[in-house]
Amino acid sequence: MSNPLISARGLTKKFGDFTAVNAVDFDVAKGESFGLLGPNGAGKSTIMRVLAATSQRTSGTVEILGKDPELFGPLVRAHLGVVPQQDNLDGELTVTENLYIYGRYFGLSKKFIKNKIEELLEFAQLEEKRDAKVEALSGGMKRRLTIARGLVSEPDILLLDEPTTGLDPQARHILWDRLFRLKEQGVTLVLTTHFMDEAEQLCDRLVVMDKGSIMAEGSPASLIKQYSSKEVLEVRFGSDRNKEIAPQLATMCERMETLPDRILMYTEDGEKLLEEITHAGMHATTSLVRRSSLEDVFLRLTGRTLIE
Amino acid sequence: MSNAVDIAMNRRSTAMYAGRPYVLLERGWLAFRSTNWVPVVTGFVEPVLFLLAFGYGMGNLIGDVTTGNTTIDYTLFIAPGLLANSAMNGAIYDSTWNVFWKLNESKLYKTMLSTPLGPLDIALGEITWALIRGLVYSIGFLTVVTALGLTPSFWAILAIPAASLIAFGFASFGMAVTSYFKTYQQMGFINFVLLPMTLFSGSLYPISVYPDWLEKIIMALPLWHGIELVRAFWFGEINSGVFVHVTYFVVMIGIGLFVTSRRLRALFLR
Amino acid sequence: MNAGIDVPTIQRFGALYIASARLKSMSKWRTIIAAVDIGNPLFYLIAVGIGIGVMVEQGSGTSGTNGIKYISFIAPALLANTAITGIMDETVFPTIEGFKWRKLFFAQNSTPITGRQIAIGVYLAALFRALFAVIAYYILLLAFDVVNFGISILLVPIAVLGGGAFGALMLFAAAKIEKEDQFFNILGRLVIMPMFLFSGTFFPLTSMPVYLQPIGWISPLWHATELGRESAFDYGISTTMVVVHLVFLFTLLVIGLGLATRQFERRLSK
Ligand SMILES: Nc1ncnc2c1ncn2[C@@H]1O[C@H](COP(=O)(O)OP(=O)(O)O)[C@@H](O)[C@H]1O
Ligand SMILES: [Mg+2]
Repeated sequence: MSNPLISARGLTKKFGDFTAVNAVDFDVAKGESFGLLGPNGAGKSTIMRVLAATSQRTSGTVEILGKDPELFGPLVRAHLGVVPQQDNLDGELTVTENLYIYGRYFGLSKKFIKNKIEELLEFAQLEEKRDAKVEALSGGMKRRLTIARGLVSEPDILLLDEPTTGLDPQARHILWDRLFRLKEQGVTLVLTTHFMDEAEQLCDRLVVMDKGSIMAEGSPASLIKQYSSKEVLEVRFGSDRNKEIAPQLATMCERMETLPDRILMYTEDGEKLLEEITHAGMHATTSLVRRSSLEDVFLRLTGRTLIE
Repeated sequence: MSNAVDIAMNRRSTAMYAGRPYVLLERGWLAFRSTNWVPVVTGFVEPVLFLLAFGYGMGNLIGDVTTGNTTIDYTLFIAPGLLANSAMNGAIYDSTWNVFWKLNESKLYKTMLSTPLGPLDIALGEITWALIRGLVYSIGFLTVVTALGLTPSFWAILAIPAASLIAFGFASFGMAVTSYFKTYQQMGFINFVLLPMTLFSGSLYPISVYPDWLEKIIMALPLWHGIELVRAFWFGEINSGVFVHVTYFVVMIGIGLFVTSRRLRALFLR
Repeated sequence: MNAGIDVPTIQRFGALYIASARLKSMSKWRTIIAAVDIGNPLFYLIAVGIGIGVMVEQGSGTSGTNGIKYISFIAPALLANTAITGIMDETVFPTIEGFKWRKLFFAQNSTPITGRQIAIGVYLAALFRALFAVIAYYILLLAFDVVNFGISILLVPIAVLGGGAFGALMLFAAAKIEKEDQFFNILGRLVIMPMFLFSGTFFPLTSMPVYLQPIGWISPLWHATELGRESAFDYGISTTMVVVHLVFLFTLLVIGLGLATRQFERRLSK
């Protein structure tokens, strides 16, 4: 990648003896939407804090716009918009005051911020709540406000740590729509998630992480292509019988995963496979044919599911 | 128009200091406008209540007080001490409970440090805010006591900068101590130390009633220096003692600022 | 399916279950509670009792305190105040926590335990803490020869009664308020502090200007203090006044508890 905005090599972070992030390498190009996908505890937030210049790495190199965040903390932070995993809005202030004072932290002029606020309120669909206290906002509104706040300094890079975790489906979709807009405007997004649908929706390119290490890298489509089959057949025979029946099924498909509650069979044609199974005299209580997803990629790479 | 990056470059911000402690005052004012005025108003009422209770109630039992070679009315005796006390209380409230909240519950400082602001901006800004509040208290109190005819000398006006110095000292020191506390129970410890200091430091009676050794301990405590400083101005007795008291607070402020900014850096930029 | 839940027993003893749960959670902080409950009044006793005591002797002698040594004069008031602040802590915080911060009461109320029982349970646990603190403090007073053993033991139930009267109102207030952000500040500085200062704690109520005396009349602390002084030193209060003090405190207690239990029921079923 020529001239990446962010570049990490051998990035390692230890807490005492525990290695939270283990020698990861990645680059993020300008205008790209880059994702870190992994389950809880994978080390995503830790990487985000190192990128945000609020946490010091144990070893390795990191450059953001060519600068080491440890040496140029304030300068690097001036380039970034940060949306942490936990909303940390100022509960003593209103919606507009939150945007205003955050801009002031960056040293921006009052006039500039005042104009910017109107734009951001519209972006976050919070015009009606402009004078509301933060407590009075719903979870989705708080999240949108946190994102809007991160944008007040017109950052080159927006860091989003689990932007939709804890939101209901409707609020998630609104948020995704907002993030799409930013993407269209050319803002470089770095986001973490443990939702495979979110990663598929929002990321141009992503790394799959587990236990502090990167397991694979690529676009969502290429990862699925590389690590999974076209279709997946999910069958259930009841919790007690799944294990018993699994060996018989194993011979019928390319690859198979036995989970506690269901069996996943990887194949190019799910319907056909289901017919074969029924033909062989095994009657599944429920069955489902679907396309492969990043969830299957993760399962293949780690033997575990993303959300436990 | 200059953007965030230009600003960060121009000011040549260091990791510790972006040169913008005043934005914390702006934030303080926004928060104060909507919710935070209650503690300020009640904080002002407190020393006035003490003055009424001890001055008028107690005054009847005690009569006059003799310190050194002057004899004065009891109410007049306690007024400067109460001013020093209220300056301390205001500063402590802002720099301990308030700071504890922003460190551990609302994580406001963490948020601020994820912007180009540095720890020294935060320490200076918060302490200045505590200082301004201390100033408002002391002006209010001084007005009340002057109306009651309890300011014998014109020098008493200097009690205001003196009270600011006291507030500054306690705010920076209190913030430094708070940065080490993690639970509300540990915070209870602050009150536990403050109460005896308040009671023993001689705002309500001359410490000469105590044995020598206890007097020495009290004279090592900051509040005693604060009370003596305010008293010196109040009665227009400016002498070398004033210099000692001022130095005491300047050192206290320096240590407090140094420790606080180091701690904030260690807590949030690691 | 019934896991052997004995509803009638719960209906009879539910309040005690709540009280014992409260005491269990209090016992986690027993060191701090003991330090605060005994330390604070002890500091007041030593600082004010001795420090101001010296000045009172030089001033009016014991003529202002009906012939009682100054340190002994303030002891019953400090004892009653210990009960008041202890009971306040253990009613206000758990109630706000139970309704708002952790919503524990709603969980408890989803069992056969009623709102009324929760209110009484919290209250009983608070009384128990106060009883413990007051006994410990009373023993200290005996050890320091501030009071003599004998009928003065009545100081203990009197202090708990005073605390219980005030605490019942606090239980109601804490269950009533919806927004607690400034409640503690107002409570501490505009209720507790003035009550402490103007209830004849440090000097007889009558030595204050007349317009300040009504604060004492409505203050449970004053009533408990007067009763306490009478029991410990034969303070010279008429029997009528003893009855008045007792009736006042009991009335307050009954009304407060009535309001509180009703408010608990209401808020839980809202
Ligand atoms: N400050 C810390 N001290 C000790 N361990 C930590 C700290 N922060 C994170 N960890 C540990 O590092 C691992 C990665 O955490 P995190 O980066 O938050 O994961 P993720 O965001 O992917 O869920 C976890 O096991 C977590 O417990
Ligand atoms: Mg995380």
